[in-house]
Amino acid sequence: MITTRNWILVAILLLLGAVPAAAAYFEQPFYLDLLRRVMIFAIAAVSLNLILGYGGMVSFGHAAYLGIGGYAVGILAHHGIHSGWLQWGLAIGASALVALAIGAISVRTSGIYFIMITLAFTQMLYYLGISIEEYGGDDGMRVPVRSQFSGLVDLNDGTQFYFLVLGILAASLFLVHRLVNSRFGMVLQAIRSNEARTRAIGFSPYPYRLAAFVISGAMCGLAGALLVNHTAYLTPEFMNWTRSGELMFMVILGGIATSAGPLLGAAVLLLLEDVLQGWSLLPREAVRDHWQLYLGIFLVLVVLFARRGLAGLLPGKNE
Amino acid sequence: MNKLLLETRELRKTFGALVATDGVDFDVREGETHAVIGPNGAGKTTFIKQISGELRPDSGEIRFAGDDITALPAPQRSHKGLARSFQITSIYREFSALENVALAVQAHAGHSFRFWRAAREDPALTGPAIRILEEIGLDRRKDVLAANLSHGEQRQLEIAMALATRPRLLLLDEPVAGMGTDESQRMIELLATLKGEKTIVLVEHDMDAVFTLADRISVLVYGRIIATGTPVEIRANQEVRAAYLGEDS
Repeated sequence: MITTRNWILVAILLLLGAVPAAAAYFEQPFYLDLLRRVMIFAIAAVSLNLILGYGGMVSFGHAAYLGIGGYAVGILAHHGIHSGWLQWGLAIGASALVALAIGAISVRTSGIYFIMITLAFTQMLYYLGISIEEYGGDDGMRVPVRSQFSGLVDLNDGTQFYFLVLGILAASLFLVHRLVNSRFGMVLQAIRSNEARTRAIGFSPYPYRLAAFVISGAMCGLAGALLVNHTAYLTPEFMNWTRSGELMFMVILGGIATSAGPLLGAAVLLLLEDVLQGWSLLPREAVRDHWQLYLGIFLVLVVLFARRGLAGLLPGKNE
Repeated sequence: MNKLLLETRELRKTFGALVATDGVDFDVREGETHAVIGPNGAGKTTFIKQISGELRPDSGEIRFAGDDITALPAPQRSHKGLARSFQITSIYREFSALENVALAVQAHAGHSFRFWRAAREDPALTGPAIRILEEIGLDRRKDVLAANLSHGEQRQLEIAMALATRPRLLLLDEPVAGMGTDESQRMIELLATLKGEKTIVLVEHDMDAVFTLADRISVLVYGRIIATGTPVEIRANQEVRAAYLGEDS
């Protein structure tokens, strides 16, 4: 059974599929670039939504996996290994492993402790990134050669790269959709809803929460591999805590525990950022220098008046 | 005499200076309905929580079906056959009634590391869940969000979830609390149908419910059991009248 809102989500993905042709027709390649960035962050937000939205685990350190995915690609490329299979495999594997280690400790906690522990681990990785001069340290390093896939896809071709990102986004959305409706997903949501009850009927929350945490980390690691290919530049800023905050914003703005939410949140946040920075209708100084202020006001309004986020405003039933 | 299903020996739990459970010896026979009564603050919920595994006693022993379960966490106790309803309604408010019960079925249908098939469309889960809702008289409300059920229906749903785990022992913590006369009458009738089929530990303030349902009653005052006996014996017990029943009359 597919809900109205999921049909809307499918329609949005189809529209995104038409963007390369439109961008070529209007000779606006910039939009291809912008939307590719939006979709990469959407994948990260989809992964965060799995644990934050459905699992009730407010991870304030999700940028860690963007970083690990990015460094997996960057480090291998730095040493002359450009195979995307290896790079992306390492990105996913290393992210899963780190998520397993961080999760093993943090998912035992909840609420504010969980937030602080996930933040602390990510800060550790951030400073680790800064301290390793070999891989650019504080300044970061260029990753000039993009991941290579035995000639199957060429990431240097903007359109091909775009469609690959779109495909991975669609696959992530579908995967999370299946996950949250499976037995596993029902347990995950049950734990979020009422942990004492869930224990009383016979579920031990820990392994289920940990598994979700690892899946989410691995998926976000893949987003990190995409992001470093997108920017062709690797810096510890991938893992900055403000990045973790942005991902949380995307999920909350779009609507937690909704299927379309992370994509809508990523799109609105990044597009608005872009528009506000380049807006020429209002006095430039006032807007350009303070665009975050306007963004902030908008976010406050959404949180106040759209309890289920932007996805909650779509026609159709609340999930 | 039926054999013992649950026993506690010298059970003790303190919170700082407060002795909430003070050396409690308590027996529940297979098949009986054993009520635990006592004034507010007597430590009834603390006692129940130690049996269900939410609280660890400071000392003493809890045996269930012959096994020492004192150190066993709550989920594992559920798998041994202990089910509990909560004093303050504890359900999944954003799930439908059916989903609530199906989750309890799922908890006892093997592990849940199944990532792909839609659980809501799995007859292995919804089938038993619907049968239990029919038994309990909630089947016509199965698709209603639990949050939108009436208070009485939510209490019934709790019982349904407990039953869905196919327990050997039902721990019911004030099942008629906060109910109107009609609702509580219906709940007492429902529990009467379970009596005999299931072993029940019933913690309750409502004396109607207790004296209608209980085979035996234990009276808990300041963390100690001051008397255990049949309803007739308890009614006649001078110490109980002074400590507890007397307050009301």
